[in-house]
Order: sequence, then C-alpha cells, then structure tokens
Amino acid sequence: MSEAHVYTEYHPRWHRTRMSTWWWMKKGAYLVFILRELSSAFIAWFVVFTLLQVRALSQGGAGWNDFLAWARHPLVLLLNLVSLFFVVFHAATWFNLAPKAMVLRVRGRRVPAKWILIANLAAWAGFSLLVALIVLW
Amino acid sequence: MAKKSLEPLLWTLFSAGGVLAALALPVHLLLFGLLIPCGLLAPEDAHLRGLLQHPLARLYLFALCFLALFHAAHRFRFTLYDGLQIKHLNEVITTFCYGGAALGSLWAAYLLWSIP
Repeated sequence: MSEAHVYTEYHPRWHRTRMSTWWWMKKGAYLVFILRELSSAFIAWFVVFTLLQVRALSQGGAGWNDFLAWARHPLVLLLNLVSLFFVVFHAATWFNLAPKAMVLRVRGRRVPAKWILIANLAAWAGFSLLVALIVLW
Repeated sequence: MAKKSLEPLLWTLFSAGGVLAALALPVHLLLFGLLIPCGLLAPEDAHLRGLLQHPLARLYLFALCFLALFHAAHRFRFTLYDGLQIKHLNEVITTFCYGGAALGSLWAAYLLWSIP
C-alpha cells in the first residue's frame, strides 16, 4: 500500500547554476565594478607608501633624499600614477553614490541629489586645497 | 535575540575610511606620490618635518592610515568573495584582510608615536 501524501513546508533545494569565476569578464559594467573594488588594493599601497615616507622624513635630510630618489624610479612613479587614477576613480564613484546614501530632508522635502553631490565635491575641493596649502606653504 | 555580529562595526569603518580616502587620498597621492618626487614641487624637508611635530598632524595621519586600511580590507574581502567566488574560504580571507589591516595600523601607530 502506498504511503499517504503528507504536505510539509519543506521544498527540495532549488537549483542554482554555479557562477563562473570569470563572470566579471562577460560585461563591461561588471568589469568596471570589479575595477572599482580593486581600487582598495591601491588605497592600501598608498598607506604603505605614506608610512615609508614618514619614516624616511624622520631619518633626516639624507634619508629623505634617498626616499625621493627611490620614489623617482620609473616603476614606483608608474605605480603611483596608476594608484592616483584608481584613487580618483574611487572618489568619483563614492561621491556619485553619496546622494543615494545620504537622504536629507529640509522642511519635509528631500534635498535634490544635485546639491548633495555639489556639497561633496565642494568639500573634496576645499579639503584638497587645505592640504596643499599646509604642505606647500 | 539576534546574534551579535561584527559586520556593522566593520562596515562603519569601511564607510568612514571610504569618505576620508575619497577626500584626502587624491591630493596626498598627487603631491607626495608624483609631484614632489619628480621635483615639480619641492617643499623643504625641514618644513615637512616641522609639520610632523604637531600632534594633530600625527593623529590625522594615523586616522588616515587606520581607516583607509580597514576600508581597503573590507572591500578587498568582498571582492575576493564575489569576484573570485571563494566565499567558502571566508575564515582565511577574513584573517588575511583584517589581520593585514590591523598589522598596518600597528605599524602606523608605532611610527607616528616613536619618530622624533
């Protein structure tokens, strides 16, 4: 005699296709996303470079000059140039998301995205100017 | 009660690091990574050393390094998960990413505390 059917909440596992490791190469938008995420590696390099620089500065004029000579090496310059590109890319994409992430309401109405973006860009410009003045003046 | 997770704290560090990195890193990298080594701008190293004497400068640099490292670690961790589809290695990845960030932060703290 066959078993009586018992209905339960249980459902057998849904089929999920395995994602390929190379999924991000299939579309331009996916590649740009991965590049944005990879900017994190160049941010980490910046920290290492800065700490090496601080250490060199503490070693007096000779230490600083040795560091500058090393930093002038074409490979290091290239790395820093590429890092600058990725860092600016990170900043641009980060500020583009700011209006989505920051919901400000003034008198009940939502502040338009344009103003949040402009405020962030102004802060970026102001901060950069301040650092440049402190370092160079 | 919901299980307590470290994720919100890690995400906050990621977020703070991202804001500071977006604001500060472009100018820092342009000045110190490109223009000054190439000699296009040449602040005196005595001036730079003088800037470093100020405790606020050291605090700022430490905050920059610490937050940027944890931002990068968090982002890199998820890049490895999603990009290479290796989420099953998450213990190794987490240790490597945040451990590396912690070590970098310790180095930053040591340097910025101890240099004359």
